Amino acid sequence: MLGYAVRRIAGTVPVLLILVTLSFFVTRLAPGGPFDEERALTPQVRANLDHLYGLDRPLGVQYLHYLDGLAHGDLGVSYKLRDESVAGLIAQGLPVSAAVGFAALGLATLCGIPLGLWAALRRGGAVDYAVTALATLAIALPAFVTGPLLALLFGLALRWLPVAGWQPGDPLYLILPAVTLALPVGAAIARMMRGSLLETLSASFVRTARARGLGPWRVLLRHALRPALLPVVSYLGPAATYVFTGSLVVETVFALPGTGRYMVEGALDRDYTLVMGMIILYGALTLLLNLAADLVYGWLDPRVRHE
Amino acid sequence: MSEAQALAPTPVRARSGGRRRLRQNRAALGAAVVLAALVLLAILGPWLSPYAYDALDWQHLAAPPGLTASHWLGTDPLGRDLYVRTLYGLRLSLVIGVLATAVSVGIGVAWGTVAGYFGGRTDSWMMRTVDVLYALPYLFVVIILATVFGRGNIAMLLLAIGAVGWLTMARVVRGQTLSLKRREFIEAARATGLGTPAILLRHVIPNLAGTVAVYATLTIPELITYESFLSFLGLGVQEPHASLGSLVNDGARQMLTAPWMLLVPAGVLVALLLCFNLLGDGLRDALDPTAR
Repeated sequence: MLGYAVRRIAGTVPVLLILVTLSFFVTRLAPGGPFDEERALTPQVRANLDHLYGLDRPLGVQYLHYLDGLAHGDLGVSYKLRDESVAGLIAQGLPVSAAVGFAALGLATLCGIPLGLWAALRRGGAVDYAVTALATLAIALPAFVTGPLLALLFGLALRWLPVAGWQPGDPLYLILPAVTLALPVGAAIARMMRGSLLETLSASFVRTARARGLGPWRVLLRHALRPALLPVVSYLGPAATYVFTGSLVVETVFALPGTGRYMVEGALDRDYTLVMGMIILYGALTLLLNLAADLVYGWLDPRVRHE
Repeated sequence: MSEAQALAPTPVRARSGGRRRLRQNRAALGAAVVLAALVLLAILGPWLSPYAYDALDWQHLAAPPGLTASHWLGTDPLGRDLYVRTLYGLRLSLVIGVLATAVSVGIGVAWGTVAGYFGGRTDSWMMRTVDVLYALPYLFVVIILATVFGRGNIAMLLLAIGAVGWLTMARVVRGQTLSLKRREFIEAARATGLGTPAILLRHVIPNLAGTVAVYATLTIPELITYESFLSFLGLGVQEPHASLGSLVNDGARQMLTAPWMLLVPAGVLVALLLCFNLLGDGLRDALDPTAR
């Protein structure tokens, strides 16, 4: 198990490097630069700025310089937001984004799995019908539609929850963003859980367990649940990716001071270091969560470890 | 009905079974009808109204909807008719979704058939690449592409979205190709001395048509969502043009004073995505009842 974990962690490094390289060159090859202002700078000022940030050097040298900084844990300074380092900006925004993201993932798993199990156990009944229908609807709804609709209903019409904004430590501001992100993920988990439990319940080892006279709960908890959870666990990686990209929308809709907004702002401003910092942050997070999902999978299913 | 016919994994009997299963799926059939109506509205709609999508009506700024009002779904703060703008946005979203799906089907089918047919090391490298891309937050890469190569450049938008939608298609197609290439008729084709490109084009790809059609139906709503997502962030379609995503974005800004601006395009977008998903699920269940 440990060897498997080490191998998988080592495997994420080249992937991250590919991502860094790709985004480094794509952002720089584009027309425009960070110091293209409405009022043109004098050539001398412009040259000084370019020299200060090393933008006058060949692209390859800039790339190696960036990688060197990265290897020492230095993400560089923002070109646009004066006096801010990229690491500092991330440190400010990350607690908010992480709170929303993990609340959403937790909510989706804690609601999705029981609902899926319930629907599968009541196959063909009213519960099954309701869960399937709701899940189909929730999967079809993108976050940028549910977000404003939920804000309209619970914020403006009912006045139960704040429409937007953020107060550190106040969970009320967390509810709407987290629910918005959790809805499609929880629905997908419920649907997957239902299908996978139904399939497992018709497997021969479950029939054998029943034939041995075990009660329905024992069959479910000791025999069927573990293999039925496998597809759900492997979905958690893509779910995490969805939540991170979705956090971009949710932070826009609910005006949260998280890291997501730096992504779009940085790309529009050609703030190269800021965009690269965001890509690395979200890339690393996505890869780590995919990895965590794979490790849990390996723990649930011993066959995977030995491949 | 060409899709239902193409659904056949093996001849005659399974085909009738698939068609029967699809016909029994009332949700999928209903979705197909609503979808057809939406497409028809998107094509004809703008001619059914006296207003143009970018015409300003100074007499009716931010007018609420009403059956007797001159703008029956209301207007935005610039006095533009919301009914026409929504249908125009629906049209643009549909066109971008379908064309981007065509791009991603092209890449996915080519990638999947080559990987599956050649097998061995080629296959393992190609599919490893797909695995790696799957793990990336690729929408961020699309955001970079969209911001960097000109906002509002629809061709670029299409390519950027299409370039991320092909991963699932490549996986499915590869799996199908793996099982197809062991069949007798492929061996027979090879025995007659047919070259590999000809075998792929004439024998493998036509037999994938059913599967590809099903997954394309499921890719369209996904890519429409991406496009709307980019337009929502202000990176996609630009004013005065509109897609459903940019209309939802406008509506969300005005939701305090003009909630209909949010509700109308959001409703249409939800109906569109839901119908595509229901139809795609129905087609998939009809093709292969065990998949899900």
